[in-house]
Amino acid sequence: MRIFKLKKEYLFPFLESISEGADLWAPTKKPEGKHSFQIIKDFSQIDLDYTRTILPPRKIFLPPSFNMFKATEKKYEADFSHVTEKIIFGLHPCDIHAILIMDQFYKHHYNDPYYIEARNNTLILGHSCWPDEHCLCKSAGTDIIEEGYDLFFSELEKEYLVWIGSSKGDDLIRRKPDFFDENITDKDIQKYIEWREEKDKAFSVSIDFKNMPDLMELKYQDPLWEKLGQACLACGSCSNVCPTCNCYNINDKPFLTENASHISRCWDACTLESYSEVAGGENFREARSLRLKLYYTHKLQAYISKYGKPACVGCGRCIETCPVDINIKTVAQSLDNETVDAFWDRFAKEVTK
Amino acid sequence: MNGETKNIIQENPFMPEPARIVRTYHLTDDVKFFQVRITDMDKALSFKYDTGQFAMISVLGAGEAPFSISSTPSRPGLLEFCIRKTGIVTDSIFRLKENSLIGLRGPYGKGFPTEKMEGKDIIIIMGGLGAAPLRSVLLYCLDNRNLFNRVILLHGAKRPSEMIFREEFFALKERDDLECYMSVDEDDTGQWPENVGVVTTLFPKVKDLDAENTVALVCGPPIMYKFVINELIKLDIPKDQILMTLERRMKCGVGKCGHCAIDYIYTCLDGPVFTYWDVLHMRELI
Ligand SMILES: Cc1cc2nc3c(=O)[nH]c(=O)nc-3n(C[C@H](O)[C@H](O)[C@H](O)COP(=O)(O)OP(=O)(O)OC[C@H]3O[C@@H](n4cnc5c(N)ncnc54)[C@H](O)[C@@H]3O)c2cc1C
Ligand code: SF4
Ligand code: SF4
Ligand code: FES
Repeated sequence: MRIFKLKKEYLFPFLESISEGADLWAPTKKPEGKHSFQIIKDFSQIDLDYTRTILPPRKIFLPPSFNMFKATEKKYEADFSHVTEKIIFGLHPCDIHAILIMDQFYKHHYNDPYYIEARNNTLILGHSCWPDEHCLCKSAGTDIIEEGYDLFFSELEKEYLVWIGSSKGDDLIRRKPDFFDENITDKDIQKYIEWREEKDKAFSVSIDFKNMPDLMELKYQDPLWEKLGQACLACGSCSNVCPTCNCYNINDKPFLTENASHISRCWDACTLESYSEVAGGENFREARSLRLKLYYTHKLQAYISKYGKPACVGCGRCIETCPVDINIKTVAQSLDNETVDAFWDRFAKEVTK
Repeated sequence: MNGETKNIIQENPFMPEPARIVRTYHLTDDVKFFQVRITDMDKALSFKYDTGQFAMISVLGAGEAPFSISSTPSRPGLLEFCIRKTGIVTDSIFRLKENSLIGLRGPYGKGFPTEKMEGKDIIIIMGGLGAAPLRSVLLYCLDNRNLFNRVILLHGAKRPSEMIFREEFFALKERDDLECYMSVDEDDTGQWPENVGVVTTLFPKVKDLDAENTVALVCGPPIMYKFVINELIKLDIPKDQILMTLERRMKCGVGKCGHCAIDYIYTCLDGPVFTYWDVLHMRELI
C-alpha cells in the first residue's frame, strides 16, 4: 500500500480538482447540531468534526425512494437516473465496512444492478474518526479499514496521511502530484502510532459479538423479547438509520398524464407492522417481539453464519436513535449478562419518566 | 461538482418479460386458470423451470406478486397459473381478458427435487389452492411415469364447487397407473360421487405404503399441514422425505427485498419448497 502526506490546506483544493463532473457528498452540520451527508455546493458546508450522520451512506447509492421502471403496456424502461458519477468524502471506517457488507449482499445469488451501478460510479474517500460513548466499532472489528476505499485520510495535527486503496485512488492523487509528499518521516509514523493507541483507549463500551450467535439461539424463547416487544413503538427508525439494513418495498403508481406507470422502490423496515403481511390479511409477525427477533437475528446471527461476520458494524446509530432505548448495545447486553428484570428496571427508570 | 448520469448495460433481474394470456377460465368462483406465453418465442422456449418453482407476475399500475407455476416443464412453451382473487394485483389479473399482456419474470426458488424422487413411491396431498404448485409435479410424474414407482394423489376441498381442477383430476382417475382419491369436507350438492370428510380421511384408502421408500408432497391451507403431517409421521415417513411449500410475502423473488425472511432463510432463494425436517428447525415456525 502506498501512503502520502497531504498538508491540511491542500485538502479542499484537492477535492475541488477531482470533483469535476461528479457529485461530491460529504458530512454537513444541520441546524439542530446533527450531521448529514449532503451534496456539497460550497466547501464551507463540509464539517469533518462529526461522529455519525443521521442516515447511513447507503442513501447515496439507493435513495429512500427511487424509480426502477417507467412502464407502459408494451414496454418496461429501466430507470437508472439515480446512478450518477459520485464521490463520497469523509466516510468513517465503520461506514466503509457497511459498504463492503452491501457489496457482498447485492451480488449474492442475483446481481442487483440498481446498487452495483451506483456503487461502480462512486469513489470512496474515507476519513479517520474519534469514538464517542455509543461507538461499538472496536467490538465489531470495524474500527480499522484495510479495503473498500479509494483514498483514506488519517488526520494528524497539521497534515493527513493519505492511504491509497485502489488504482482509481492512485489516479486521483496524480491529478495534483505537487500536493502529495512521499517522505513520511519517523516522526510522522510515531505521531500516527500514538494517535492509534490513544484512540484504542478511548472506547467506553464494548459487546462480545462472538457469543451472540449462540446467545440468540439459546435465548430465542427468553421472556426478554416479550418485554422488548412491549416497549417497541414499531416506528422503524432502527432500520432506517442502520447502514446494513436493505429491506425495501415496491410501489406501482399509474401516471395518467404520461399514460405510464412509475415503479418505485422505497426503504422498508422489518419492525413495521405491515412488513410480513400476506394475502388474506394473515400476518406472520403480528407481535412486535417477533419482529425485533428478526431484526436482531439478522444483525447478530444470520449474517455471521452466512458471511462469517456480524451484520452490525457498530456505528451507534440505533443507539442514538431508538426512542425507547432498544438497540444493539442494550439487546446484546441483555442477552449476555444482564437479567431481563435489570433491563426492565432500567427501561422503566430511563425511558418512562 | 455535478454528477453526470450514466448509461447502463447491466442485465436487470427485475425486468419483467412481456407475456400474453392465451387462455383463461374460472376454476372456482374465486380462482382462475391462466395459460400464458412469453411473447418472445426464443425466450418462451428457453424458459427452463423446475416443478414447485414460482414466477413474479406483474400488472401495470397494480403491481407484482409471486405465483406458483402450475404447468409442467415436461410440456414447454406455455406456462400455467391458478390465481385466487384476494387483493390489488390478483383483482387486476382477474379482469384481464384473453390476449392481454402481463409482465413475467422468473423462474425463482428451489422447487421439488424430482431427481431425488426417482424410483420412489410418490404421495401428493393437496388442499385448496395447494393444487397450484402440486399439479406441476403431478403432471411431471405422469409424463415421466417410468421414473417413479407408485404415484398417489389425495385431493381435498371444502365443497365440490371449490375443488380446483375437479374435471381434470376426475379424468385422471381413469388411469390405472395413478391412485387418485378425492374428498370434500361437506357435500352441499348431494351428488358428490367420492369421499366426504377432511383430506386425512383418505389415508386409510392408501394400502401398503412402503414408508422408507415414499416421498410425500404437501401443500394446502395452514391448518391442513398440521393434520396431514401428523398422519404422515404416523405412517413412519421420514421427516426429510416430507416436502412442503411455504408462503411468505415476496416483493422481489431474488433475495434482495428481505420480505420473505424466516430466521436465516430467504424463502424466495432457499424455498419455497422445504422438507418437514428443515421446517422443524425454523425457530419462527415452532
Ligand atoms: C411462492 C409463492 C407462491 C404462490 N403461489 C400462488 C398461486 O399459485 N396462486 C395464488 O393465487 N396465489 C399464490 N401465492 C399468493 C399470492 O402471491 C398472493 O395472493 C398475492 O401476492 C396477493 O397479491 P394482491 O396484490 O392481490 O393482494 P394484496 O393487495 O397484496 O392484499 C392481499 C391481502 O393481504 C393484505 N395486505 C397485503 N399487503 C398489505 C399491506 N401493505 N398493508 C395492509 N394489508 C396488506 C390485505 O389484507 C389484503 O386483503 C403465492 C405466494 C408465494 C409466496
Ligand atoms: S445495528 Fe446499530 S450499531 Fe449496528 S450497524 Fe446497525 S445502526 Fe449501527
Ligand atoms: S426498536 Fe426502537 S427504533 Fe426500532 S422500531 Fe422499536 S421503537 Fe422504533
Ligand atoms: S422475496 Fe425479496 S428477499 Fe425474498
